[in-house]
Amino acid sequence: MTDWQLALDSFWPLLWGGITGTIPLAVASFALGLVLALGVALMRISRNRVLSGIARFYISVIRGTPLLVQLFVIFYGMPSIGITIDPWPSAIIAFSLNVGGYAAEVIRAAILSVPKGQWEAGYTIGMSPGTTLTRLILPQAARVSVPPLSNTFISLVKDTSLASLILVTEMFRVAQEIAAFSREFLLIYIEAALIYWLFCLVLSSGQNLLEKRLDRYVAH
Amino acid sequence: MSPTDPLAPAATPDDSVLLSARGIRKSFGDNEVLRSIDLEVRRGEVVVLIGPSGSGKTTVLRSLNGLETPSAGTIDFAGGPVIDFAAPVPKAQRYALRDRSAMVFQQHNLFPHMTVIENVIEGPVRVQKVPKKQAVAEASALLDRVGLAEKRDAYPFELSGGQQQRVGIVRALALKPQLLLFDEPTSALDPELVGEVLQVIKELADEGWTMVVVTHELSFARQAADEVLFMDGGVVVERGAPGAIFTNPTHERTRRFLDRILRPLEDGGADDVSP
Repeated sequence: MTDWQLALDSFWPLLWGGITGTIPLAVASFALGLVLALGVALMRISRNRVLSGIARFYISVIRGTPLLVQLFVIFYGMPSIGITIDPWPSAIIAFSLNVGGYAAEVIRAAILSVPKGQWEAGYTIGMSPGTTLTRLILPQAARVSVPPLSNTFISLVKDTSLASLILVTEMFRVAQEIAAFSREFLLIYIEAALIYWLFCLVLSSGQNLLEKRLDRYVAH
Repeated sequence: MSPTDPLAPAATPDDSVLLSARGIRKSFGDNEVLRSIDLEVRRGEVVVLIGPSGSGKTTVLRSLNGLETPSAGTIDFAGGPVIDFAAPVPKAQRYALRDRSAMVFQQHNLFPHMTVIENVIEGPVRVQKVPKKQAVAEASALLDRVGLAEKRDAYPFELSGGQQQRVGIVRALALKPQLLLFDEPTSALDPELVGEVLQVIKELADEGWTMVVVTHELSFARQAADEVLFMDGGVVVERGAPGAIFTNPTHERTRRFLDRILRPLEDGGADDVSP
């Protein structure tokens, strides 16, 4: 009985932690990460060896090191060389860099999946490579990259829980505080897990809608 | 016709030289695909390039549109600078080539994420900065002209191959190019759809559009061409009026090629043809 009361009482604080912590952290990091990823993908595709080398190195480091270590390097490590960053910006920087590395490979593959003839058709109507990219190639690449990018986004929503370890007040940190106070670890952590799941269910249905919309010009 | 009439050829068919290409060479690595090609196109003229696959026809066409950069030679497009490929070609010169010509591809290369009308106005609106209203009006007139008025809001995947290719032609026409380039425009089509596309190209030729056409459709070449160039191994083996080339080719290689196309099932090919 008291368990149900506790679950009910803690629901709003947890959800509030999700709405004010988890979601803004994930959305901001994903948006910044995508911009970064597009730049890195273009560098990686570029014929300039220095640019593609830098992109390759960046992707390799991001994918080859744990996200938690990346977070700790930025928040706990940087002060040693005189750079102190607050918890929130630290988390956003780390998550954006992380998304940038993973999404760059997705975007690169999506751009390369658009037939070469589309570039040529753009050139032949007088477009510059930049206009061809933004008007013709990226809209077609977007369709291909929605499913894998949705995966990246869903992973990010869950990974934001790691920010609790650098003192960001998001949903999991709220859960830890309530659990420590009430000693009901199992109940509270399962409740937090259910709310993460709920967020991801909403995201998945958003992904379905977006995929349907982008599929309107493809034969079924 | 008024100069703004979207249906009228952009270059007046007055027989003066529109394009002159001299000594065009192109190598891909060690493979020399063009060995000094000369080509002259007069306003209102239809030049047809024929020849076996790998002979370099398509590379010639792509060079004229700046999609391929020749390793040597010059292209002199009336009203523009003479482009000399001996040195690196400035971007502005490549764009100048594209401003004057428009390409129709074998695989149509329509933009799949845009409707038919959006495909057609993309170049005029985005590149040539034509007001959208005007571009839509002109595009509609052109679509009507090729019998596709009712498909203007369809996506390319909803069209047949022949309809897709006709939209490809309209997309090229909408740019008001002085020169139309066709790269095997019917090779990817089912046989029963070839006619409707060739008909459109033939009509444009009759109206005085200047064009260079790469094709295997010899009947089209015979009816529409002013000049036929037979290419093989990266050189122009023989050139002349279609009547002369088709009925009385002077070169053995031309004869053999025509024979293979006209009588694909007969054994022995050119060996049986007496000179």
